[in-house]
Amino acid sequence: MNYYDFLFAIEVLVGGLLSGVMYSLVAIGFVLIYKTSGVLNFAQGSMVLFAALTFVSLVERGVPFALSLLVTLAVMVALGFTIERTVLRPLVNRSPMTLFMATLGLSYIIEGAAQLIWGTQVHGLDLGIDDTPFEVGGILISSFDLLAAAIAAAMVAGLSAFFYSTRIGLTFRAVADDQFAALAVGLRLPRIWGTVWTTAGFVALVAGLLWGARLGVQFSLSLIVLKALPVLVLGGFDSILGAIVGGLIIGASEKLAEVYLGPFVGGGIEGWFAYALALVVLLVRPSGLFGQKTVERV
Amino acid sequence: MAVQALDAERLPIDWQKLALPAVLIAVAYGLIPTYASSYLVEAILLPFLALSLAAVGLNLLTGYCGQLSLGSSAFMAVGAFAAYNFNLRVEALPLVATMILAGISAAGIGILFGLPSLRLRGFYLAVSTLAAQFFVQWALTKFGWFSNDNPSGVISAPHLTVAGFSLDGPTGRYLLSVTMVIVLTGLVWRLVNSAIGRNFIAVRDNETAARVIGVPVLRTKLLAFAISSFIIGVAGVLWAFTYLRTVEPAGFNLDRSFQILFIIIIGGLASIRGAFLGAAFIVVFPLVLSRLGAFAFGGLFDSGVLDMSQRIVLGALIIIFLIAEPNGLSALFDRLKRRIGSRSS
Repeated sequence: MNYYDFLFAIEVLVGGLLSGVMYSLVAIGFVLIYKTSGVLNFAQGSMVLFAALTFVSLVERGVPFALSLLVTLAVMVALGFTIERTVLRPLVNRSPMTLFMATLGLSYIIEGAAQLIWGTQVHGLDLGIDDTPFEVGGILISSFDLLAAAIAAAMVAGLSAFFYSTRIGLTFRAVADDQFAALAVGLRLPRIWGTVWTTAGFVALVAGLLWGARLGVQFSLSLIVLKALPVLVLGGFDSILGAIVGGLIIGASEKLAEVYLGPFVGGGIEGWFAYALALVVLLVRPSGLFGQKTVERV
Repeated sequence: MAVQALDAERLPIDWQKLALPAVLIAVAYGLIPTYASSYLVEAILLPFLALSLAAVGLNLLTGYCGQLSLGSSAFMAVGAFAAYNFNLRVEALPLVATMILAGISAAGIGILFGLPSLRLRGFYLAVSTLAAQFFVQWALTKFGWFSNDNPSGVISAPHLTVAGFSLDGPTGRYLLSVTMVIVLTGLVWRLVNSAIGRNFIAVRDNETAARVIGVPVLRTKLLAFAISSFIIGVAGVLWAFTYLRTVEPAGFNLDRSFQILFIIIIGGLASIRGAFLGAAFIVVFPLVLSRLGAFAFGGLFDSGVLDMSQRIVLGALIIIFLIAEPNGLSALFDRLKRRIGSRSS
């Protein structure tokens, strides 16, 4: 391998890591909800679509950027509490699989509603971010990707601060730790769940804006849920750290595999490679890299 | 006596329960071939039969054995493409043998993708079944051999003949379909009432407890994957050969997998009757919705709006069923029957 091949490999790796951050961004929304309510929220992808579509449609109708952001956030808050009221509360104490299937139904509703309200055409989303690649030591790096990574990092830092230094964050952690104990000391589960779903809605909005700027805001945006699932499995469903590390691993290895393995099997492997990789890791660690081991009792 | 009955290899057959299926079979063979219009057969009965069979297969795995699978349509695709290739490459292979071989191919792939279930539980397993979904679809599109080098990966159904009779017409395809469905459903019905079926349920209800009382958990899970995939594979053959006649790998996408999952949720988990009720609902519901929508909103209700409102209503129904009637249409049906029974007596 000569010097230029090496540089190219590094470039692919860096590109992969940065796109991995984008996967993590979606995966974090899942982890928030899974940790606090034990629900694998398949509707996270459609929430991303819904947030991005609402925002972009408002902007296109001449609403100022900041106001659109606020309105969208308000809509996501309303959505979070509505979901808690209409879906989660009636299904409390039911099996995790039932709740998962309910979120499948939920994703159909949100996708359908988003497109029924705002239409199905593709919207361009310009966040005013310059996307000219720049060079560092012979490697081209997309500045958009870098900024996205920075935003993701800021969001994770913000979330951790929120979790570890606010009272609501404390209640989140209490519920995640032990639901019954949390109930026993008088925490109000419905309100906490509503807030968690709202937080997940906020994460969905951030992810939706960044992904939307990248791909255009359209139906396929909700399919990024399929990109986030292997990340979750790899990192463990209940670990934010896992979501980040998982995203980086999947992003990097997916790009490397596409470049170095793809040509041998005819390309197009990005659809399943992440899943195959996640499976291999799972066979060694059945709860992902950072997931909590489940204790089994009869 | 009760203990003895449980110890026996199979539970005794409840003959009363067979009355309704017997009537349905009589209608399926006696009335429908003569009286049903070809629209009814082509647009409703054929997709209904194929989807019912797929749902019976998935119900075995998810409803009875508790292993959630999101990759059902991959196994339908394996069945369909395997049948096409067996038919193409093996000369004078009888149609029924083709179907069985296709089912066995799907079962093989099913075991392969079921292997992670030996180690994984719950969501980790559900997500890994998505690997089957994406890998199979990719492989069928990527390797031209599977579709006999058709540039877009499309396969067409061959002439369907059984023992010299051509079954290419709507009625012939219907009879082929209905026979396969009845035979396989009958076998599944016997299976779930056997010791193996009880092992499935034991693994679903509490895997650790099942292991403690001596249920061979690993073998049971793999068996569930194999049998379920076999049935879904044959359903795929019916879907490709009797209903659509021309299919491409993209037709067996994630949406189809979800559709089959929705059938068993709406129809009722762990219920064979539920698979049929759910499939009937899923096939008829879009037609009813489009009529209703056109009636209520006229021209405003175009195909785009229809598509979206269909998604919304379907999603809402899933949630409503999960909340209000977790046992699905099957349980509703039972309640209705009881109510009618108590009124007449």
